[in-house]
Amino acid sequence: MLEINDLKASIGGTEILRGLSLNVSAGEVHAIMGPNGSGKSTLAQVIAGHADYEVSSGTVTYMGENLLDLEPEERAREGIFLGFQYPVEIPGVNNAYLLKAAVNARRKHEGLAEIDAFEFLKLAKEKMALLDMDPKLLNRGVNEGFSGGEKKRNEILQMAMLEPKLAILDETDSGLDIDALRAVAKGVNALRSADRAIVLVTHYQRLLDYVEPDHVHVLSQGRIARSGDKSLALQLEEKGYDWVREAANG
Amino acid sequence: MTTESDKLESLVNRRYEHGFVTDIAADTMPPGLDEDVVRAISARKNEPEFMLEWRLRAYRQWRQMQEPTWAHVHYPPIDFEAISYFSAPMSDDDRPKSLDDVDPKLLETYDKLGIPLHERARLAGVAVDAVFDSVSVATTFKKKLSEAGVIFCPFSEAVENHPELVRKYLGSVVPQRDNFYASLNSAVFSDGSFVYIPKGVRCPMELSTYFRINAANTGQFERTLIIADEGSHVSYLEGCTAPMRDENQLHAAVVELVALGDAEIKYSTVQNWYPGDENGKGGIYNFVTKRGDCRGANSKISWTQVETGSAITWKYPSCILRGDNSVGEFYSVAVANNYQQADTGTKMIHIGRNTSSTIVSKGISAGHAQNAYRGLVRVMPQADGARNHTQCDSLLIGKECGAHTFPYMEIKNPGAKVEHEATTSKISANQLFYCRQRGISEEDAVNMIVNGFCKEVFKELPMEFAVEAQALLNVSLEGAVG
Repeated sequence: MLEINDLKASIGGTEILRGLSLNVSAGEVHAIMGPNGSGKSTLAQVIAGHADYEVSSGTVTYMGENLLDLEPEERAREGIFLGFQYPVEIPGVNNAYLLKAAVNARRKHEGLAEIDAFEFLKLAKEKMALLDMDPKLLNRGVNEGFSGGEKKRNEILQMAMLEPKLAILDETDSGLDIDALRAVAKGVNALRSADRAIVLVTHYQRLLDYVEPDHVHVLSQGRIARSGDKSLALQLEEKGYDWVREAANG
Repeated sequence: MTTESDKLESLVNRRYEHGFVTDIAADTMPPGLDEDVVRAISARKNEPEFMLEWRLRAYRQWRQMQEPTWAHVHYPPIDFEAISYFSAPMSDDDRPKSLDDVDPKLLETYDKLGIPLHERARLAGVAVDAVFDSVSVATTFKKKLSEAGVIFCPFSEAVENHPELVRKYLGSVVPQRDNFYASLNSAVFSDGSFVYIPKGVRCPMELSTYFRINAANTGQFERTLIIADEGSHVSYLEGCTAPMRDENQLHAAVVELVALGDAEIKYSTVQNWYPGDENGKGGIYNFVTKRGDCRGANSKISWTQVETGSAITWKYPSCILRGDNSVGEFYSVAVANNYQQADTGTKMIHIGRNTSSTIVSKGISAGHAQNAYRGLVRVMPQADGARNHTQCDSLLIGKECGAHTFPYMEIKNPGAKVEHEATTSKISANQLFYCRQRGISEEDAVNMIVNGFCKEVFKELPMEFAVEAQALLNVSLEGAVG
């Protein structure tokens, strides 16, 4: 589904990704781990198409197409979803309104009619129940005054409604208490399916106790230093990131 | 590759759609202003003696006055001798009696503006007194209104047919010497609308006027007077577009509203005069005096405005809350893009007991524009139980624009309750990226954020106007990012 080959990317003239390669297939859950500054979030932003990041070389192919040619909104409509590490507040814009606009943008792209308002509401409330979210959040401004946990749940709600082909969750677990973490994990697990890929970007292994990855990669200095199965995450937890750094350098 | 913030800088730049000049032989006076010009205007309109005297008094006062300079706007000095003070699309004597008699080119102009007059009027059930340049050329739905006893006609017709009403109320809210531009208007106003709603009558339809400036170098001086007699109710819509041109045009209108006991006037404006080009060249100077007088007890006057046009806007629709328990409202969205400058707000003057006022102002600045809110809340010593709530929000798009707030409060009654809230926010590159990542285009995202910001005001507009206003806002901000 996603093939990244020797990707180099920088922000403000500083190179962050230094020849990263990664393959993600449908049905898989990948965890990308690594210390601060290793390039995890940059990778997520580059895939989503944030204009502040400049790709200097390498290729990113998504569903057989050159992803780097597409505008961010086109990538989204093609089924790429990024769960933001810091979801943005948009005061005055109704949360349900944004959600519906997003769903309809995707549907329009696929040649489907706009979603019926009642159907939309019913679906949103179902998903919110699953995430243990207060339905009132639908009628608030987007993320406006939401707690950290509410913001992250809101990201998962959007993901659940949009049913992406490729979901990248950027540190969705950071700053969550155990209840929120469980709720988020439940949302993610509910979306696991044979035609969907999920990439979890995380600093800690604790999310992986709830969402079991098929593959674990460790990023170091803009490259994948090590790949393995879920036991790699446990090893990391035990030995720390210095172990990978040393392994990469040695 | 442009960065998100670069894109943000440039999202407001679609060209003004309504830029064209209709070629109709205009009957225009040579530039310059003296007593003879005032006499000529009055004579051409066959006005009675009292009107001429009234105009001359205004003219003489205007000559003694100075142009105001306190507003937060900058422009080269206006040469008042270079302006032509009268222009009519055709001679007054043979004004068309119905749409069939209207110059087809004019109708075509309305079509270009997306205002198929007759269609729209019929479908929406709206009476239209279309002002083209200075003289009204089409009035519809007169019959239905006259059955209800409502008078809705061009101002000049009111002077002719209802001189007693004009004499009684003209200048009673905005006196001739009120301010520089109001005085100028009083001296030279060419036409406008006149509305009288008799006692106890609820006007059977929304009254609407479309304004348009057309003859080059001609200042436009509209005069509107609306009187709601005791227990009556009227909703009045004013909307306008103007053709593209290079030279600045002065527009100094005066609107007077009088609400007698238990009467209610709702006045809504969508203002879309030519704002000038992307570099700040051209555009209308919109120096308007609008004021409502809640003269009787339990009366209510509500101003709603969506201001997207004009190079410079200088406008403070106000309420004098004279009657006990009277209510004043001001809901405003002001958009300034490119090099537009807006200094707009309101005055709420509490005189009667238990009077209350609400101010909701939403200012949007983009490009290099400057947008100022200027508001006065004055509570007189006798105004026991006066209440005011002011909400004043600014939204910035890009980093070259400015938002300013000048709230004045003069509270002379210790029992008054006055609240003021203000916020300033910015459409950030991160917000736009967030929306785009959800599949929403940048333009739609900006519109969504802007409309969300303005919805408190839009909900005060009559339905069909709200849709139009929203579309207008989207057009005005198109290209602000991207």
